[in-house]
Amino acid sequence: MSVSVPPKGRGPLARREARLAWSLLLPTITIVSLVVILPLLAIFWISFKPIGLADLRPPAPILRESLRGSDDKMRVEYRLRNSSQDTEITDVTIYDTWPESLIVSGDLPTGCTLEKADFNCVLGTLEPGYNERLRVPVELATGVDKDAAEEAAEGSEPVVRGTADSILTNTEFTLDNFAKVFDGDEFWTVMWTTIFYTVFGTIGALLFGLFAALLLNKSFRGQGILRGLYLFPYVAPVIAVAFTWVNLFDPFSGSANALLLQMGVTSEAINFFGQRPLALIMVTVFEIWRYFPLSFLFILARMQSIDTDMYEAADMDGASPFQKFWYLSLPMLLGILSVLFLLRFIWTFNKFDDIFLLTGGNAGTRTLTVNVYEQAFAISNIGAGAAVAVVIFGCLLAFSFFFFKFISREEGL
Amino acid sequence: MKLLRFGFVSGPLIGALWLFILATSISITMSFATGNPFRPMPVSALGIGALSGFSATRPLNKLVKIASIAGLVFVFTVSGFGPMAMESTFLSEVIAALTLALAMGWSMVVIMDKAPAGAMTRHETEEAWIRFLTGFGYIFFTAIVVIPFYVMVMTSLKSQSALLQNPLDFSLDLDKGWALFRSYEELFRDFNFGTYLWTSAYVSVLTVAITLAFSIPGAYAVARLRFRGQKAFSRSILLIYMVPMIVLALPIYIAFSVTGLRNTVIGLILIYPVTTIPVALYMLQGYFRGIPPEVEEAGLMDGLTRLQVIWKITLPLALPALASVSLYVFMIAWNEFLLAFMLLDDPSKFTLTRGVSMLNSSEIPREHLMAGAVIATLPVMVLFLGLEKFMTKGLTAGSVKG
Repeated sequence: MSVSVPPKGRGPLARREARLAWSLLLPTITIVSLVVILPLLAIFWISFKPIGLADLRPPAPILRESLRGSDDKMRVEYRLRNSSQDTEITDVTIYDTWPESLIVSGDLPTGCTLEKADFNCVLGTLEPGYNERLRVPVELATGVDKDAAEEAAEGSEPVVRGTADSILTNTEFTLDNFAKVFDGDEFWTVMWTTIFYTVFGTIGALLFGLFAALLLNKSFRGQGILRGLYLFPYVAPVIAVAFTWVNLFDPFSGSANALLLQMGVTSEAINFFGQRPLALIMVTVFEIWRYFPLSFLFILARMQSIDTDMYEAADMDGASPFQKFWYLSLPMLLGILSVLFLLRFIWTFNKFDDIFLLTGGNAGTRTLTVNVYEQAFAISNIGAGAAVAVVIFGCLLAFSFFFFKFISREEGL
Repeated sequence: MKLLRFGFVSGPLIGALWLFILATSISITMSFATGNPFRPMPVSALGIGALSGFSATRPLNKLVKIASIAGLVFVFTVSGFGPMAMESTFLSEVIAALTLALAMGWSMVVIMDKAPAGAMTRHETEEAWIRFLTGFGYIFFTAIVVIPFYVMVMTSLKSQSALLQNPLDFSLDLDKGWALFRSYEELFRDFNFGTYLWTSAYVSVLTVAITLAFSIPGAYAVARLRFRGQKAFSRSILLIYMVPMIVLALPIYIAFSVTGLRNTVIGLILIYPVTTIPVALYMLQGYFRGIPPEVEEAGLMDGLTRLQVIWKITLPLALPALASVSLYVFMIAWNEFLLAFMLLDDPSKFTLTRGVSMLNSSEIPREHLMAGAVIATLPVMVLFLGLEKFMTKGLTAGSVKG
């Protein structure tokens, strides 16, 4: 008699389900790995390369054709040069369609042949900074005037080919970028700026969010309006609010300065975004201002889901409002607060636009992310920018380790 | 702390702080409204505030208390020794003084409601202080949110020279009529803002469409189907979601430069959805988990395939969620600045945010920049206010993103 046992392993149904799952995920995986994983690998690759902004265009031979001279001393001139000053180009060839209206009257340049209408040149290697003219003496075919010949000669675009060693793909590696990034005081200045901005920005946004949530955690007329209003800073485009802040705190025409002067708080205009250490404090304040709505929203949602029974019981026991907050609400909110803290910490750490728009990283506000831009585009050293990006990515991995260690219980992931 | 438990300590203390807060906020409001100097006087505000706080604890009729506090504040303010000094037109001075007096009288009595002058219970003390803090909170948050947006809108309607003369004078010359909107008109006429608006709109809508097309199947698979690596997958979604854009922007810039996709709107449409797919996937899988699986199983039993189940059962049930996600993705795409800034150079292809950043130059007057900011803000604001319920839901569900 056979005994029925639960099936072992994965049955055909389970396999079919898994297959369907993967096929549903495939488009996402493809596109995400194309645009996220690949660039991440590229960043690692580039960070070990001595590469500047100008090296992005690989060296190429550049050719210009023209008809020069007059009467019997005419010539077709090919001006060929190497776009790079320090890389040679190999296997250079030129192909052009020869116009019927021109007849070759002398020797072709070395390496060039002409068969019917096919003009070919095999030139070999161009030195760095190569810049020469190839001259083909010609005369006009009968019954053709010069303008028509010129048009015919220059009308057919010559094709030039050559292979060059691109810095992006060759095997030249260097540690210079990292040496530069970690070099001296600058790195630590940037690091401290980042830490200050991240820690105070995160904590500030959390505290303000908590305060705002406490304010709105009761129903009264206009509660909905206020809740919508308090979300404005987060919903508006960063570019609009950042420029508004710059405008508002402008040392010459800013209303904030005018107000402070008028109230006698200060006797001369303050350059809020232009002096150390005020600029760093201001960008942190901006960060708090812009992101308190987010923590406010999360905390409020959590508060409203707390069971009211607990508070009723506390009321019966005679707990005072502060006691209820301290012994009941706060412990209930601790979970969401820690999730928010970690997530906001990571996101503030990653923040770029805000500081870039407010100060451009000047006046002691250059954080790591702004440094990527600064190195790659302002100093045109893509390699160094990539090295900073690698440092950021390393920090991020460390954070996410913490995140998954502490949050996965919270989020059920 | 023990001392705070007496009405004659807490009352004057709250009163002093509260009058100073009120005087400051009314000064700021009146300065912004008239452009004339209004300023709070700390010493006088604290003194008179303490006095009013003390009288608010007296066992008198409420109306009497309101009247006496208001009278006290009003007389002092008008006579020039009060909590607020002003140099403005007679009318605005009277309005300011009256507002301050009535606000103080009424709110002080409300804050110190039922609080006795002598010993107070713990509840009475804490409730009084909480009412004080609540009032302060409303004023504070409303001010910090409203002032920047007010300045943004008003600057866009004024001329730069007028603002340089008096940066506080936001009064509008209503006689000008439509000429007030001159900078808007110029933006649309000379700076192509109509095109930018259109570019931003279709880029955002396409981003939403592409994002949904990719993330719905993905989210469903992660939420419902069992397969090996499911957990690792949902974690890596979150991880990708945390990679800073600037790190990716650099290689993307290089790749686009090499392939010629830089400076094209197509390039943006290729890249935007990828930044939003992880968010959308993360949000949607949460929603899909919330739909009872029995409903879908019933569909399967009746002979639908999985894909039909998704199309005919899950999606209709998740419609509100899809609306939230769409709105949120639209907002991200509309507000996106970094990639547009790095990838677009050609003014004819700008998105709105890129167009606004172009206005940030010393040759272009401030009011144009602010008008651009208003144009960029208005559509999201209208969407947000119109669909606030969906929006807040979308924000809470997925916006771990900055």
